[in-house]
Amino acid sequence: MNIAENINKKKLTQKVFSLLLLLITLIVIVFIFGIIIYLIIKGGSALTWEFLTQKPSGGMKEGGISTVIIGTLYLVLGTLIFSLPIGILAAIYLNEYARKNRLTRIIRLSIVNMAGVPSVVFGLFGLGFFVIFLNFGRSIIAGSLTLALLILPTIITSTEEALKSVPDTYRHASLALGATKWQTIIKIILPRAMPGIITGAVLGIGRAAGETAPILFTAAAFFQPNLPKSVFSQVMALPYHLYVMVTQVADAPDDKKWGTALVLLLIVLFFASIATAIRTRARLRKKE
Amino acid sequence: MINKSSISKFRKLKQFLITRFVFLNGILSIIVLGLIMAFLVYNSFKFFSSYPVFDFLGGKEWYPTSEPEKFGILPLMAGSILVSFGAIIIAIPLGIGTALYIGELAPRAFREIVKPIIEILASIPSVVIGFIGMTLLAGFIKDTFQLNTGLTAFTGSIMLAFMSLPTIVSISEDAINAVPASYRFASAALGATKWQTAYRTVLPAASSGIVAATMLGLGRVIGETMTVLMVTGNSPRLVLSLLQPVRTITGTIAAEMGETVQGGVHYSALFAIGLILFLITFFINYMADRFVNRTR
Repeated sequence: MNIAENINKKKLTQKVFSLLLLLITLIVIVFIFGIIIYLIIKGGSALTWEFLTQKPSGGMKEGGISTVIIGTLYLVLGTLIFSLPIGILAAIYLNEYARKNRLTRIIRLSIVNMAGVPSVVFGLFGLGFFVIFLNFGRSIIAGSLTLALLILPTIITSTEEALKSVPDTYRHASLALGATKWQTIIKIILPRAMPGIITGAVLGIGRAAGETAPILFTAAAFFQPNLPKSVFSQVMALPYHLYVMVTQVADAPDDKKWGTALVLLLIVLFFASIATAIRTRARLRKKE
Repeated sequence: MINKSSISKFRKLKQFLITRFVFLNGILSIIVLGLIMAFLVYNSFKFFSSYPVFDFLGGKEWYPTSEPEKFGILPLMAGSILVSFGAIIIAIPLGIGTALYIGELAPRAFREIVKPIIEILASIPSVVIGFIGMTLLAGFIKDTFQLNTGLTAFTGSIMLAFMSLPTIVSISEDAINAVPASYRFASAALGATKWQTAYRTVLPAASSGIVAATMLGLGRVIGETMTVLMVTGNSPRLVLSLLQPVRTITGTIAAEMGETVQGGVHYSALFAIGLILFLITFFINYMADRFVNRTR
C-alpha cells in the first residue's frame, strides 16, 4: 500500500515537472515566433515594390530603402572579403600545423575571448584604429574591417570543426602520393571541408548584416540616399537606418519603420536558415 | 640533375613561406586582442591624465557636458549591473529549464525541431529586438506597474534575458549531453523516474558546464548595446531600482560618441569606459572558459 502510494507520487511529480519544463520551452518558442509573426503582420503591408526599389527621400519620411539595402550588402561583402581568407588560414594553422603547446592554448583562449568582446568595443577599436589611426575615415572599408574582426571567431571555429571532420586517411594517402602538405590541404582537405566552411561564412554574413554597434562610428551614414562612390565613402545600412528612424527622427512613418525591420529580419533569417539547414543535416547524418 | 635539385629547393622555399604565412594568420587573434587592448588604453590616456581616477571610479554623476564636466562611472555601472543581473535571473530558469527539457525529457523529434528554432533567436538583430521592446513591452510595463515611462531597466532585462538564451541553452545542453549514459542507467536501475534522474543525477553532473553557460550568457548581456540603448530609457542618474530608466556603459558609448570632439576629454572618457567594459567581459569569459574546461 505504502509502496504503491509512493510510486503514484513519483509518477505525479514526474508528470508535473515534465509539464512545467515543457511550458518553459514553449514560452521561449512562442517568444521567437511571436517576434517573427508580429513583424510580418506589421511590416508586410509596407513591403511594396516602390519601397524596395526607391531611394529614401524627404528626410526618411518618403521613398524606400533600396540604397540602404545595397549599403548593407556592400558592408557584408567587404566583411567576407577580409574575414574569410584570414579565418580559413587561421583554422588551417590550428588544425593542420599547430602543435599541442602553450602558444596554441593561448591562440585558442584568444579566439574564445575575441568572440566575447562586446560589439560596441569592436566599434571603438574600429574608430581608433581603422578610422583615425589608419586614416580610412568613416567608410565602407573601415566598417567592413571592423565587422570582419567581429565575425572572425565564428569563421575560425566552424572551419576548424569542418577540417577536424576530414579523416586522417585522406591526408596520409595524399602525402604518400608525393604531394606537399600545402597541396594536400588545398586539393584534398579544403574541398571535403567546404560545407562546414560555408556554414561559418553564412552565419558570419547574418551576424554582420544585423550588427549596428560596430558600424555606428566606423561606416554608417545618417542620411545619404545616393549610392557610395568608393570604398572610402560612408553608407547607409539597414540596422542603423532602423535605429535612426525609431529613435532620432521624430515623425518617421510607422510603416517605413516596420518595413525596414522586416526586410532586415528576412535577410538575416534567410542566411541563418541556410546555415541551420546545413548543420541539421550534418547532425542527423552523423547520428545515423 | 641540377634542374631537379633547384626544383626541390624552390619547393622547400615555397613550403617555408606558406608555413610562415599560415602561422601569421593563426596568431592573428592574439594580435587583434592585443591591439584592441592597446588602442583602448592609448585613446583613454588623455582622460586618465586629466581627470582624477578616484572621481572616475567613485563618482556618482555622469554629466559630460556640464561645467565642469563630471565623469563618474557609478551610475553607468549600476545601470549595467541592474539590467544584466535582472536579465540573468530571468534567463536562468528559462534557459536551464529548456536545456533540461530538450536534453533529457523531450522526444528526439521535438528536440531536433526546437534546437534550430533557438538558433534562429541568436540571429535576430538587436535593433529589431529593441524596436519590439520599445513598441510592445514598454507599454505593457508602463501600464502594469503604473509608471511614467515603460522604458526601464526591467524592460531591458526581459529583452536581454531572451537574447542570452541561445548561448545558455546550447552550452547547457552540450554539458547535459556530455554526462555519461551509465549515470542515467544507474539512476533508472535504482527506480528513479526520468525527472528524478534529470534533476538529481544529470543536473549536478553537468553543473560546471551549466555555470559556464550562464556566465557566457552574462558576458553577452553586459556587452549588448542596441537593445539596451533603445529600451532602458537612457537616463544616466544613479538609481537602484529595476523599474526606473537607467543607462548602461554600452548605451553611453553608443549614444554619446557621435556628439564628442575627436581627441577631446569626453571622447577619451568613452574609450575609458570601453576599457572597463572590455576588462569586465574578458574576466567573465576567462572564468567561463575555465568552467568549460573543467567539464571536459
